[in-house]
Amino acid sequence: MDVATKDHAELAEIFNRDEERVDWHDETLWWIRAKRDKSVHQLPEWEALREAASNIKFNVLSNLNTYLEQFEAAAKANGIIIHWAADAQEHNEIVHRLLTENKVTQMVKSKSMLTEECHLNDYLATHGIEVIDSDLGERIVQLAGEAPSHIVLPCIHKKKEEIGDLFHMYLGTPSNMSDPQFLTETARGSLRETFLTRKVALTGVNFAIAETGEFVVCTNEGNADMGAHLADVHIACMGIEKLIPNREHLGVFLRLLTRSATGQPITTYSSHFSKPRAGQQMHIVLVDNGRSVQLGREDFRNSLKCIRCGACMNTCPVYRRSGGHSYHTAVAGPIGSILAPNLDMKKYADLPFASTLCGSCSNVCPVKIDIHDQLYKWRQVLVKEGYAPTSKKIAMQVMATTLASPTLYHAAGKMGRATIKYAPFAVNNKLNAWYKERDMPTPPKESFGEWYAKNKK
Amino acid sequence: MRVGLFVPCYVDQFYPGAAIATLQLLEKLGVEVVYPKNQTCCGQPMANSGFEHLTGGCNRLFIDNFSGFDYIVSPSGSCVLHIREHLHDDKRPGEAKEISHKVWELTSFLTDVLKVQSLQARFPHKVGVHQSCHGQRGLHLSSMTELVAPSFSKPGSLLNMVKDLELIELERKDECCGFGGTFCVVEEAVSSKMGKDRVADHLKHGAEYITGADMSCLMHMEGILKRQGSKVRVLHIAEILNAE
Repeated sequence: MDVATKDHAELAEIFNRDEERVDWHDETLWWIRAKRDKSVHQLPEWEALREAASNIKFNVLSNLNTYLEQFEAAAKANGIIIHWAADAQEHNEIVHRLLTENKVTQMVKSKSMLTEECHLNDYLATHGIEVIDSDLGERIVQLAGEAPSHIVLPCIHKKKEEIGDLFHMYLGTPSNMSDPQFLTETARGSLRETFLTRKVALTGVNFAIAETGEFVVCTNEGNADMGAHLADVHIACMGIEKLIPNREHLGVFLRLLTRSATGQPITTYSSHFSKPRAGQQMHIVLVDNGRSVQLGREDFRNSLKCIRCGACMNTCPVYRRSGGHSYHTAVAGPIGSILAPNLDMKKYADLPFASTLCGSCSNVCPVKIDIHDQLYKWRQVLVKEGYAPTSKKIAMQVMATTLASPTLYHAAGKMGRATIKYAPFAVNNKLNAWYKERDMPTPPKESFGEWYAKNKK
Repeated sequence: MRVGLFVPCYVDQFYPGAAIATLQLLEKLGVEVVYPKNQTCCGQPMANSGFEHLTGGCNRLFIDNFSGFDYIVSPSGSCVLHIREHLHDDKRPGEAKEISHKVWELTSFLTDVLKVQSLQARFPHKVGVHQSCHGQRGLHLSSMTELVAPSFSKPGSLLNMVKDLELIELERKDECCGFGGTFCVVEEAVSSKMGKDRVADHLKHGAEYITGADMSCLMHMEGILKRQGSKVRVLHIAEILNAE
């Protein structure tokens, strides 16, 4: 069985078979969350910044059509060529066409979760085009034949020894070499060769400014710049929700993004691209791929405010203990769990349930998306649309009937307590998922109701 | 002041001690407490599983039982949060709304409504506090580590009134224990792991007791402690505040 046919609980169970690894994964991400906490507490205006960002994005979503047209006109005036893609397929075809027109079979790409969402690398591979990811983490998972497990830290699930093995296999480093400095330098050397020889570079877009028609790409490695500056053709792919109205709004988001993501005050490189340099082509592909549908769902519209910082993943106690791949979608974690069902309810019906609704995700979200409330609301939608397992439907119906009747409730309670007391084997067995790693509560001699009837009336 | 005592189903069936302590504590503080005997469950198990449309019966019953009180108090943040956010009835919308405004979690009722300044309790032990997510993040019983805001804790301030009680520090102050209602069985692997990690933080810092304002989280951690053969026990905060 492959990843596509397993749900979150099954994939998480597999991940949890190696408890030491789960601990390591959890501690690594918790360390980043702690760094985030420390860094945001240095700004007394932090909560005001979140509120401002949330409101700016609310304005964008409420007037998306206007801002998109404004952006298109301004970008065109700057000499940028604009493409519109309704879905992933169209997006991939546009990129492929641009590569074909430029007679190119190799491309360098910096981080773009949108291209992951559209499965661009696979699409281009089937058309004979080689893509090299230039973000170090993405390059590592690419060598491993895996998808990123986190939107900011794509290979956070890999230990340095495993990376050493991959580099030994693909980049010719000595075996058993896991020194991070050495591995990074090796990757840098290998990528430099790529940057120098690729005619086309693709980047993502963190923020696109409607007022000026320019866009901003944030990286910590400068890899987007290396690719874009050396290539004859720069293709930038963005979801239509990446817009912000004016340049002056950028300061709000640049201050929020990296503190939330990694605890840094600001990303190392925040590069502004406004027009192609002489002799260069610059393209922007604006992609919908379900976003306008989500915009139309009132309860879930706010999810489009997301600036892809990954803070909700780092803080999510479930994500930390189940790993990014357990979410079987490009954007993992709490935010992915409210974005994915919009794309395909059947395929991602499990994700809104992969949460305890603890609410930490909503608290760290720099644009104040009500993530945990949306998880709750998605559960209601998915059940109503018929995506709940039959066994669960029956159990819930029985439970609802029992709990709606004091008589049935008291009888069931008595029976349950007696079963645990006199026939523990009936519950202390493999069919009871609670019992696998937890003992059942000890049944008291009487319920509170029974005690109250005897003692208080 | 007439208070309706709302005892969640699993507390009624498995942890009557927590409910008795709640009742006695409120009575000690001079409150007239009534326990409507036909109450069952708030409906949260269905609602959080996506079956909110099946909670009509529970909602009607809840309104029948709890209309007309000055306040409704419960030793469970999670169930209170569910009533506050989701109690509704198309035929009696006004009563449903009134109840959702009158329902209180025990520790916040003690600090915010009764404004308790001192307690007679004594509990000479090292105690770890588990901040249940729904109480803390949903009902704002304590400050949250994610937010840039002044620090406070309603359960903590009450426990500090208990004589000879020593509160321990935790490495992760407000990490979820992984119970999550049906999550604990649907996502058994992650849920158990979260519970083990949560318990380990308390054990590492020398807790003799783990307490909190939500019995469901404590039930989860108790299951893990027992499986590990640990002597550390869980106690609902009402039992400590009522201890003599």
